[in-house]
Amino acid sequence: MGDVYVVGIDMTKFQKAGTGPAVDVLGAKAALGALDDCGLKIQDMQALYCGNLYQASGMVGQRILQQIGQTGIPVVNVANACATGATAFREGWAAVKAGLYDTVLAVGVEKMSAGLLGGGGSGGISKEGLFGSSTMPAVFAEAGMEHSRKYGTTFEQFAKVSVKNHHHSTLNPKAMYQIETPLDMVMGAEMIAYPNTKLMCSVNVDGSAAAVLMSEKKVKELGLGKRAVKVRASVMTSDPWQERDLVMPDVNTCTRLAAKQAYEMAGIGADDIDLIELHDCFATAEILHYENLGICKDGEAGKMIDTGAVALGGKVPVNVSGGLLSKGHPLGATGIANIFEVVTHLRGEAGKRQVEGARFGLTHVIGLGSACGIHILEKVA
Amino acid sequence: MSAAKPLPAVDYLKLPEGGEPYLEGYKCKACGAVFLGERTVCSKCGARDALAPQKLGTKGKLYAYSIVHRSFPGVEVPYISAIVDLEGGGTLKGNLINIEADPAKLKFDMPVEVVFKDAGRKDREGNSYMAYFFEPRRA
Ligand SMILES: [Zn+2]
Repeated sequence: MGDVYVVGIDMTKFQKAGTGPAVDVLGAKAALGALDDCGLKIQDMQALYCGNLYQASGMVGQRILQQIGQTGIPVVNVANACATGATAFREGWAAVKAGLYDTVLAVGVEKMSAGLLGGGGSGGISKEGLFGSSTMPAVFAEAGMEHSRKYGTTFEQFAKVSVKNHHHSTLNPKAMYQIETPLDMVMGAEMIAYPNTKLMCSVNVDGSAAAVLMSEKKVKELGLGKRAVKVRASVMTSDPWQERDLVMPDVNTCTRLAAKQAYEMAGIGADDIDLIELHDCFATAEILHYENLGICKDGEAGKMIDTGAVALGGKVPVNVSGGLLSKGHPLGATGIANIFEVVTHLRGEAGKRQVEGARFGLTHVIGLGSACGIHILEKVA
Repeated sequence: MSAAKPLPAVDYLKLPEGGEPYLEGYKCKACGAVFLGERTVCSKCGARDALAPQKLGTKGKLYAYSIVHRSFPGVEVPYISAIVDLEGGGTLKGNLINIEADPAKLKFDMPVEVVFKDAGRKDREGNSYMAYFFEPRRA
């Protein structure tokens, strides 16, 4: 079976939650951008895979086609929490890999509202604040504190993740924020759920991202090889049973499982990866994933952030886009937006934030509940 | 009418007539996994009809926590959202009370006890509820 390539990709500039256009218009914008990026038309697409969470029952993919061209192609709408975009991309990849189509479009789009995510409940009395907290900042704070209990990771080390990612996004014009946030500012910001302050929580934004995926045969036929990026691995896992599952969602085991499978599929190791876009929904989460993705040994994540190994210019830059913390996190779009970032670097088109000489890049998302999606991409031209 | 018995705030909290409240887990006879609340299939090993109810212990240790400063409207903050491993199996999440919400005061693995109290919240019909909390305990 031939390889699958990303030939066209785009994302919108992420904007404050609630200020974007309607979800179909927003999705159409990235879709057209991805088509323009490879010089193709909607008539060239054989299927559409659309990821959106908040309007999952609203036929968003078809509504996007109603904006940009109703060609009668099959549309698959997917929802998979914060792994929604990666799932749409992967479904497109799988269909091309299987030989069903040569050219497909994957779109991820989300219109968000401001405020806390999570904490829902039903019937009787509200459980929030009665049996601990199910808000996302608290859930990921607890996951971070599990790392602290094992390895002594400090509030300051978690905060440094935010300093780094906000710095990175000053170089990314498509990020929601372009502001430096020094350590004292991050640590001194409003405490939301210790150890996560407000600046250590991802920012809710409106945004979309889209990719055109193509078979090797078609890439050659159309002569699109110059800017094409090869998908070396596409993996998805759910959360295997863990003893604290019922009260503590586990983002570690599903990531480790996915990483292992992804490196095997790509035939490379963590040491070969030149840049990573990972799921920093909270600063505490990013620390966990250095170890989960194998870019350092267990217990060394604190050192990775202290030494700058994961900053632009370091050994393996992480979230050069600004990440979810500063670029923003439009749930259904995030999984394709991080592929956009990696593809842009592999093409050598990332401008001031370019990771020099990048050949392999890895993207990672977690949908709590849980779904983990990992893609490994390779520069070929 | 309204002097009625409180209702359990979660379904695995049991309020036996004339007895002490307790938490009920289901333990898999095949693999030993402990779950909160009733179930018939084990999600660890897949065994069917191997699950039996058991009273969960009231002694445990603090596994992880967060100090919550921003919550939903009407929820008093700050409070400690705690993950507690119980002696005898099972892990619970709940509020850790009667200790200052200060990371310097909270030690991983500190001994805690499960206590049962009124939830302090009523539903629309005016029913009161029984909840569980964690308190520090001398080792
Ligand atoms: Zn079992």
